[in-house]
Amino acid sequence: MNLLLVGVNHQTASVELREKLACLMPDLQQAYQNLKDAPELAEIMLCCTCNRVELLAVAPEMAPAEARLRAFLSEAPEIPPAALNTSLYVHQGPEAVRHLFRVAASLDSMVLGEPQILGQIKEAYRQATGHRATGPILNRLLHKTFSVAKRVRTETGIGDHAVSVSYAAVGLARKIFGELAGMTVLLVGAGEMAELALEHLQTQKVGRIIVANRTLERGLRLAERYRGEAVSLEELEAQLLQADILLSSTGSESYLLRREQVRAVMRRRKQRSLFLIDIAVPRDLDPAINELDNVYLYNIDDLQEVVEQNWQARRQEAARAERLVAAETVKFQDWLQTLEVYPTIIALKDKAAVICAGELKKTLGQLGPVSEEQRQALEVLLNSVTQKLLHDPIIFLKREHSMKKRPQQELDLVRRLFNLDQERQTAETEEESAQ
Amino acid sequence: MTESLLYLALAAYFGATALWLAFFLAQWEPLCRFGAWVMAGGLACHTLALIQRTWAYGYLPVAVFGGALLLFDWVLVAAFLLLNWRYPIKVLGALVAPLAALMIYGAIVLPQGQASAVSPLLKGFWLTAHIGLTLAGYAALTLNFLSGIFYLVQERQLKAKQFGFFYRRLPSLQQLDTLNYWCLTIGFPLLTGGMITGSLYAQHTLGHFWSWDPKEILTLLAWLIYAVLLHERLAVGWRGRRASLLAILGFLVLVVTFVGANLWMTGYHSFAKFVQP
Repeated sequence: MNLLLVGVNHQTASVELREKLACLMPDLQQAYQNLKDAPELAEIMLCCTCNRVELLAVAPEMAPAEARLRAFLSEAPEIPPAALNTSLYVHQGPEAVRHLFRVAASLDSMVLGEPQILGQIKEAYRQATGHRATGPILNRLLHKTFSVAKRVRTETGIGDHAVSVSYAAVGLARKIFGELAGMTVLLVGAGEMAELALEHLQTQKVGRIIVANRTLERGLRLAERYRGEAVSLEELEAQLLQADILLSSTGSESYLLRREQVRAVMRRRKQRSLFLIDIAVPRDLDPAINELDNVYLYNIDDLQEVVEQNWQARRQEAARAERLVAAETVKFQDWLQTLEVYPTIIALKDKAAVICAGELKKTLGQLGPVSEEQRQALEVLLNSVTQKLLHDPIIFLKREHSMKKRPQQELDLVRRLFNLDQERQTAETEEESAQ
Repeated sequence: MTESLLYLALAAYFGATALWLAFFLAQWEPLCRFGAWVMAGGLACHTLALIQRTWAYGYLPVAVFGGALLLFDWVLVAAFLLLNWRYPIKVLGALVAPLAALMIYGAIVLPQGQASAVSPLLKGFWLTAHIGLTLAGYAALTLNFLSGIFYLVQERQLKAKQFGFFYRRLPSLQQLDTLNYWCLTIGFPLLTGGMITGSLYAQHTLGHFWSWDPKEILTLLAWLIYAVLLHERLAVGWRGRRASLLAILGFLVLVVTFVGANLWMTGYHSFAKFVQP
């Protein structure tokens, strides 16, 4: 049994191809039915988000399973095989595990560190279990995946740094004011980015919202939308007395506020901190305002600079996350390999049982009539001899297996030593001679 | 016995330092909780050592610099732990713990022990009140100073729009400023109380409230700085950078008062004079 993952993502496939592949998925019932019954696949899970379409399978043999999954993906008539072949990636064994861990930890996302992907994978897993398409290996793998993703999120700062301008503004506000609950926000003019920032601020439970606009009518409409109050632009200085955060994005050609004005306001505010965000181009606020104590002025370039710094921080954290993922991949692979041991152990025990039964029968025939007690004593003797003889090889298999880098060699050694593949070999030679 | 207790406290404070610094670097919550417990363990040893010494000498062991340092250190750690419990600004531990460790180390290294004959003037309730209030005031104002430093670092980054190592690790400006104000409102009355009890005691024993002792003059200077700071904060709404700068200035004067006036200047507050010739 081994793991196989095939799929496309935003880096390998165009959006057209991803769309077409995603079209296969809406009928999940059909898709799962189709793949679950395939003899090449033991366990299967489909994962489809806007940036990726991936199939994860457990299969006894890699090549036929891969062929089966490729065939499934190219079923849709409008998918050109050439496009599929160039964009499809195939990962086997540890690579598949690592890929899944990376995806869930948002290391493979278009926006590095975005948090939605884990929920999408959880949903995909829920679907797969709902269709009874998973088995012991995928169940274990997915649960491990969730815990790895959670560890990456808590132990590295991959999701900690705001990577959009509006979130960056909220992050700065929190560094100035701490809790934003109850803060008063003054929105001057309306623009997409200012409104987005306002929405983010609202999720932080800010208190009053005041909208100042040149045309009062539009101001009123905005105020209604954000459950605030509208004032005219002439009152700006007076309103500034109450505001804690000002978001400015008007189309004004000249500065709306100058250093001296804000200075006077600050004195009347008793120096309560003021955070000014100027998203307008040309700028609404005199840059010299930033020189005042307890006033923090950020314009669009400053915010973009913050975002760029945060990107760098995320990339650094991603490197730490990669190390974590690598370590967890090795651990999972170890577990997977201990699974490989069990068929050999069972074969060993079976072989011993067959030999014991045969020899017992032979001996009983030669001995003539024996009492039931004597027969049982013979059986016990045989059992304990074989058990003691097999004890060490089994321990060797279990222990060596979880530690060695190339366990297949040990496994082969034991199988050859005890000639466990004899049956299959004889069957194969008979087949060949028959041909 | 006292020695070994002090070494235990020293080890605990160093351990707490390591934990707090690790927390500062890794930002992993359990580290700082653990650090606080280790520090509390150190404080317990510290307390026992102080009790034992007081018991042995029959008076609060502050007649030599090492002893005074030890007592101040105790008050500082106790104040910090109290603060940490009520108003957790976790990064503060990264400064307080090493400071506590250094001071206890200083107390061990510096000459201490029982002065051969301590002036009888140095015993009694009023004097204990004077020393206790003053040192508690020092401790609160030390925390005020440390939060002021953090504030300046954080404010610099927000103003310059350059976000370095400290940006993520330090709390918000608002929190730091609140802490700064809080420590001032606690430390200032304590210091004032210490000065009043001291002058009352001086009147009682020496016959005059004020005797132009260098320590008295310097303390008055520091007190004036803090008084101005408190007034400006309350009346004008000073906060942030200016308040932090003044808090740092006040603390520097306090350090000179505590260390310098005792060691290098002569006056009846200096430790040499505590012992009767």
